[in-house]
Amino acid sequence: MSRLDVRKTYKLYIGGKFPRSESGRSYEVVSATGDFIANAAMGSRKDVRDAVVAARGALGGWSGTTAYNRGQVLYRVAEVLEGRRAQFVDEVGAAEGLPARAAGAVVDAAIDRVVWYAGWTDKIAQVLGNLNPVAGPFFNVSAPEPTGVVGILAPQSSSLLGLVSVIAPVIASGNTVVVVTSADRPLPAVTLGEVLATSDVPGGVVNIITARTAEVATWLAAHRDVNAIDLTGVAGADGVDWAALEAEAAGNLKRVYRPALVGGAPVEPDWTADPGLGRIRAFVETKTVWHPKGL
Amino acid sequence: MPKFEYAPAPESRAIVTIEKSYGLFIDGAFTRPRATFPTLNPADETVLAEVSQASPEDVDTAVAAARRAYEGVWGRMSGAERGKYLFRIARILQERAREFAVLETLDNGKPIKETRDVDVPVAAAHFFYHAGWADKLEYAGLSASGADVPRPHGVVGQVIPWNFPLLMLAWKIAPALATGNTVVLKPAETTPLSALLFAEVCQQADLPAGVVNIITGDGSTGQALVEHPDVDKIAFTGSTDVGKAIARSIAGTSKKATLELGGKAANIVFDDAPLDQAVEGIVNGIFFNQGQVCCAGSRLLVQENVHDQVVAKLKRRLDTLRVGDPMDKNSDLGAINSRAQLDRITSLVEAGVAEGAERWSPECTLPAKGYWFPPTVLTGVSQTHRVATEEIFGPVLSVLTFRTPQEAVAKANNTAYGLSAGVWTEKGSRILWMADQLKAGVVWANTFNRFDPTSPFGGYKESGYGREGGRHGLEAYVTTAPATLTGAAR
Repeated sequence: MSRLDVRKTYKLYIGGKFPRSESGRSYEVVSATGDFIANAAMGSRKDVRDAVVAARGALGGWSGTTAYNRGQVLYRVAEVLEGRRAQFVDEVGAAEGLPARAAGAVVDAAIDRVVWYAGWTDKIAQVLGNLNPVAGPFFNVSAPEPTGVVGILAPQSSSLLGLVSVIAPVIASGNTVVVVTSADRPLPAVTLGEVLATSDVPGGVVNIITARTAEVATWLAAHRDVNAIDLTGVAGADGVDWAALEAEAAGNLKRVYRPALVGGAPVEPDWTADPGLGRIRAFVETKTVWHPKGL
Repeated sequence: MPKFEYAPAPESRAIVTIEKSYGLFIDGAFTRPRATFPTLNPADETVLAEVSQASPEDVDTAVAAARRAYEGVWGRMSGAERGKYLFRIARILQERAREFAVLETLDNGKPIKETRDVDVPVAAAHFFYHAGWADKLEYAGLSASGADVPRPHGVVGQVIPWNFPLLMLAWKIAPALATGNTVVLKPAETTPLSALLFAEVCQQADLPAGVVNIITGDGSTGQALVEHPDVDKIAFTGSTDVGKAIARSIAGTSKKATLELGGKAANIVFDDAPLDQAVEGIVNGIFFNQGQVCCAGSRLLVQENVHDQVVAKLKRRLDTLRVGDPMDKNSDLGAINSRAQLDRITSLVEAGVAEGAERWSPECTLPAKGYWFPPTVLTGVSQTHRVATEEIFGPVLSVLTFRTPQEAVAKANNTAYGLSAGVWTEKGSRILWMADQLKAGVVWANTFNRFDPTSPFGGYKESGYGREGGRHGLEAYVTTAPATLTGAAR
């Protein structure tokens, strides 16, 4: 007799805890071949708002830690990811319809991506900031600071590599995030939440909502306590009008990271390409401080 | 304290020739004046000249000229050659500095000592600074990854405000040209003349036709420019409401935008600050340019135990300010730029008094004609008062108090804006702690209202996005995305 396995309940990740959706709703997640995998929580407007409150609450602490500390926490995420490698290979394989070998390569790339960003945390200010030689007796320095609470529509196709590629650059500089996962491939994101929860990432720094993108994206884009929004996940999302989301974001002048466009249509980026500095640069604000020099 | 008597020392206006009427500057030449409206001297309400209201068709023509210049000449020119044009422009601005200062004071109403010592020289400095970048962009650290070379967007539509007409023009045009873009710029409706004189500078510099186009008009002209389908990037300085409208209008397109919008800066004075210096900083912070400055220190946050002392010193200092003829070299404060702005200031101050603030102004005799408002201090202001939350854009200081540094930070950051802030204290560690906590793009510590082409300027939150000036200011005018892709962060 084979043993009956113990299945996991996939829930949201908000404020360091794993609640079900306050709406009580769930939806079926199927594999690339159409087989039932699990019921995921179907996040709601209220879940998004709760997540924003958690992210705002965590911002002071996370942005106030040293860059060295954030780097170590991110590296710890990579360590714990590595330890869960087999689980992610299964989940990514099922979600994306990849054979084990290909899924393994994706998971490895995701782990390496987190390591890459772990090494960035204490370089960002050096690369993006500088002294300014003003024409007068003043000390004048410009340095990047985190933008604040960032809403992210995670990519629809790449359920883990794409996901870490949009989260890591944003938290590396000290932002906190609310992520709406891939609608149809949400399970690796929930497991990533478990990794974050055991990696010394403070609760509320990353909040993960599994949901129908079209339903909750508007609330995230319109939320007045969100400072920036990444629209990457509009590519391939059902019923999402990214122009309308960008227009909503104008209500409090959110910084908008637009989707990559080919021929005017959003496309998901190639996540295996060199990520570059673009996503770090997009979610920082430059602050310039002046002080007189004199006796 | 009695005011020293000064004999009037008016600057001569003979140095500048103002035409009776102006056309638009498109494709290197002026069009014939059409559909004109007057621009006034706000100090005496006399008409200075008639300028043309650019129609949507005119906007079309200007954008087409900019596109041709971009594709035919400017976009292909080497950075070194572009840079030399910018150096020429900087030099001509310096050569004609007095002329620009006089014209700007006549059209804007600000004191000649400000246009002479700040607006015009800093505008020239912006061209000089950016000239040097034109052939060094690959060294600016703007590439998304190591290999990409920054490229211009193409045609840039720029809409600027009336508070620093020439200086805002320089902030906009210098980086755009240095990075290889061409420009269609609309100056403010009430202050078009220095931009039209700048067109003449472009001609003297032999700048290729169409690289810079100047179109005058009201908000509808600006809207037509912003919404024009062949404009690749928008640069706007003005109100937060218009900034939001622009952000909405370009949503879902591949147009980029930088927005420099409103502010409600806190100027924070601790009890250990050198109070006489702080008072000078407070005065400079809110009365420079009649307070018509987006980064003005309009909220004075003073530590409670020195409140009375600071306010007394401030009033004593304000008693010595000279308000009057902007052309007089002794004037500290000039005229408000327009009737509309004067009405707005007046109504907000009345609202402040109605909400319980106490109003004080030094004794001063305001000229009978023109748009004038005395320097005004509102004490007893609380955080919910309109004069503590809304941008007044006038010579009006709202005074609030705090007890602890934490309270000062909480109050300073309690605004939708985030453009600038000031801190006055002798304690170095406190300055750096405060600078970290303040959510503002520019923090002036023991100084205020300093500007330099090398120093990035721009806001957090609803004060807009993007930076102008410095290495960071170049970022808005280039792209490093692969040519097959558009979108991504603007």
